[in-house]
Amino acid sequence: MLEGFAVLLLFQLIGELITRLSGIPVPGPVLGMALLLLAVLLLKKVPGGVRSASEGLLRYLPLLFVPAGVGLINHGLLLKQDIWVISITLVVSTILTLIVTVLVLQGLKKLWGIEKDA
Amino acid sequence: MPEVIFELWVYMAASPLLHLLLTLLAFFLAQWINRRAGGSPLLHPVLVAIALLVGFLLITNTPYATYFEGAQFIHFLMGPAIVSLAVPLFEHRERIRREFIPLMLACVAGIFTAVISTVVLVRLLGGREDTMLSLVPKSVTTPIAMGIAEQIGGFPALAAGIVLITGAIGCLLGPPIFKLLKIKDHAVQGFAMGLAAHGFGTAQCFSLSNLAGAFAGLAMGVTGLLSAFLIPLIMRFFA
Repeated sequence: MLEGFAVLLLFQLIGELITRLSGIPVPGPVLGMALLLLAVLLLKKVPGGVRSASEGLLRYLPLLFVPAGVGLINHGLLLKQDIWVISITLVVSTILTLIVTVLVLQGLKKLWGIEKDA
Repeated sequence: MPEVIFELWVYMAASPLLHLLLTLLAFFLAQWINRRAGGSPLLHPVLVAIALLVGFLLITNTPYATYFEGAQFIHFLMGPAIVSLAVPLFEHRERIRREFIPLMLACVAGIFTAVISTVVLVRLLGGREDTMLSLVPKSVTTPIAMGIAEQIGGFPALAAGIVLITGAIGCLLGPPIFKLLKIKDHAVQGFAMGLAAHGFGTAQCFSLSNLAGAFAGLAMGVTGLLSAFLIPLIMRFFA
């Protein structure tokens, strides 16, 4: 578990270093995820420690959003200015995005002849 | 207030311990409230916990920076948590490989819908141009969204707040929309949630199933990567 956590931190660090040095507009952890995926694909398995560290973290993923979410407290004024425009836009655009994504994905899967295996 | 209590409060309020503990307690309380409400997405534990903590900070007149000194220990775990999404992706690699092209095309379609509908809606409703530019990256995971907002001329701080609200809206609206459209496949649901509602959607999907969570994580990552390149281009040609 602790070794696994160290591996996750190592990949995050490699990701951060590469984005800093190259200036690619991608956050370090996202690049770290891609590199870890590449590593386990090459290994053809996930080491036990990495798996347990990953499962432990992902179980509490919702909690990890709370500190950043409380940061909304600082945007109160900016949000108030255009509150109706912002609310309507966010709700309608999110509905459209969800609908288009699921319909396109389902339609293309049918076109590609991929069986549904829900 | 008796002097001893006041001194204790001054000590506690300045120590990271208090706000770290409060974040955990608020989350437990929010989970309990959510269970009592029958798991209603309107009382999503993350939203309830945020509301409780914002209320507490306002009442005690605590600046966010002071709160964050304690909460940063939880926030820090976000980095390794994103890295650890590689594990569920690896587990579902066969299915992702099989559906790779439909997934990528659906992702591009979703990004175009999110961006263009935002531009059109803000203009129709008469919103300000810089508000619109801060809303455009709303479906993208926070760190990438802030970078995009800066690049196209929006406010990064407002964009970060908008991203969080969008995530919450996606969590509320996703399940009823899937029910209405009769989408039962957890992979499809997860992918749409990760695309429209980034990490918030992904976190919610992991409570549905590992499959939904893996596809949400995939969508969040790919949407972030593609958006960083596509959104500045779309804005140049269409807006």
